[in-house]
Amino acid sequence: MSTTTSSRPTAVTPARKRPRRRNALRYGGNRLRYAGIVALFLAPSLIPLTLFTLVPMVSSLWVALHDWNLITPMEFVGLANFRELLADGDTWAAFGHTLGYIAGYLPLVYLLGLAAALALNTALRGRNVFRAAYFLPVVTSWVVVALLWRWLLSPSNGLVNHLLGLVGIDGPGWWTDPTWAMPSVILASAWKDLGFVMIILLAGLQAIPGELYDAARVDGTSTWQRFRHVTLPLLSPSTFFVVVISLINGFQVFDQVYVMTGGGPAGSTEVVVQQIYDLTFRYGRAGDASALSWLLFVVVLVVTVVQVRGQRRWVTYA
Amino acid sequence: MRRALLYAGVAVGALVMLFPFVWTVITSITPGAGLGTPDLIPDEPGLDAYRTLLDAMPFWRILANSLWIAVASTLLQLVTSAMAAYAFARLNFPGRNGLFLVYLATLMVPMQVLVVPLFIEMRELNLVDTYAALLAPSIASAFGVFLLRQAVAQVPIELDEAATIDGAGHLRIFVSVVWPLIRPALATFAVLAFMSSWNSFLWPLVVIRSPELMTLPLGLSTLHGQFTTEWDVVMAGSVISIIPIAVLYLAAQKYVIQGVARSGLK
Repeated sequence: MSTTTSSRPTAVTPARKRPRRRNALRYGGNRLRYAGIVALFLAPSLIPLTLFTLVPMVSSLWVALHDWNLITPMEFVGLANFRELLADGDTWAAFGHTLGYIAGYLPLVYLLGLAAALALNTALRGRNVFRAAYFLPVVTSWVVVALLWRWLLSPSNGLVNHLLGLVGIDGPGWWTDPTWAMPSVILASAWKDLGFVMIILLAGLQAIPGELYDAARVDGTSTWQRFRHVTLPLLSPSTFFVVVISLINGFQVFDQVYVMTGGGPAGSTEVVVQQIYDLTFRYGRAGDASALSWLLFVVVLVVTVVQVRGQRRWVTYA
Repeated sequence: MRRALLYAGVAVGALVMLFPFVWTVITSITPGAGLGTPDLIPDEPGLDAYRTLLDAMPFWRILANSLWIAVASTLLQLVTSAMAAYAFARLNFPGRNGLFLVYLATLMVPMQVLVVPLFIEMRELNLVDTYAALLAPSIASAFGVFLLRQAVAQVPIELDEAATIDGAGHLRIFVSVVWPLIRPALATFAVLAFMSSWNSFLWPLVVIRSPELMTLPLGLSTLHGQFTTEWDVVMAGSVISIIPIAVLYLAAQKYVIQGVARSGLK
């Protein structure tokens, strides 16, 4: 849509008396040519972004205002889809499941990632090898990880229940059991993302000046006091970053849920994006699906803005 | 004593992180895995699962699809993003800041919001179940433009000016001055773009139907639908999927970890 702006020669401002850059000076005498150059550099990204991101963005809002089964003509219903979604128990259940996922996943992945980062921030022999090992699941695709964990957590002959059996524990039904399905997804997700959190926190730990620890040691502090009053506050920017990113990703959780449970059993892992997928491709309710995707987007946006606003309370920038 | 404990803890952690990959391999060479828990060392190891897999699905083709789509979308995004980054950092044109904000705005919208209308758009264009549809959303990357604009802005402007005096135009400056100097940022971005294409699942799931056009994540998920309890076959597919990315990761470890540490994108 705005592609034309850059290619249309008339859209270019008249050459300034004193161009800011010498490049502009060089082409100042030939505005048409300069506009062509701008277009040449922008078009390769602007055209696809317009076609495959901006247009779908706008039409998604449009679809959200209609009832549509993807086949028969669309029927305009205004904001009715949003109203119905907000009145629908399934919507609240989907957000509830998503929050349940986040509530389990975030503390788990953060604490494990922090432990790994602290351990590998010491002068440990072979720590690069360990770092590489912890990070390997991060580059593995979600589908592979989800299938692997579905197999490891298979109730009858998975490795985890087999090992639990060896020590006399009768393992749960994991993803076949409505109570244990979400914990299964959380476990697989934390295993995959631990290395990511570790890398971010390691970078944060390495940025903390060593003199601070020396000074604290001179003051006769204990290891715990140094951790509590030096490490944690100075790590807070990295922690903040991990929390913001994990919440965004957490609200959008889908791949591992789709593969591990498909939203089941008994809808116990039906998260918001799974719901969007089901509404569109199982129930042919594209309007509701679009409306739900915008609801999700607004929730993520609000949560992110609140965190950025609230960071002054607990994030210390050295 | 404390060191020994720490070391033991880290080692146990590494075992938990790595053993599932070993288990994938063990399962794939244990015929009939899924009927019981496989042994650590299979009694009669065999490659039956790989044969079944290759009979059931064009798996080499699927692997090749994943590879070429990831390479193509990475190269496309590198070129289109670096060119836009050059325009935003080095060219003066009206509406530049406004347009940059539009680019940034597209970053905020997740794939979940786009997936339904994008599917409809592809249907209108008759592109459902084609490579073109698979590639379309990853020709350009607003994130790449954002990342590379910072890099271009850090290239000293004096170098451009010197090249201009030598008679070079913008295209020439871009290709022979700026591009080589932003190579570290390009490498970081290339790693992230490759990983995101390689792992992408939701969009292929929505737009691809034919097995010959599938990428690995979609192929694997479909495979699991066919062989629900034959875990040796599913794990054979997983092994084939893991090997290329693991090799690539080990070769480019430095860039991968830097890229992730810098961007926070997965």
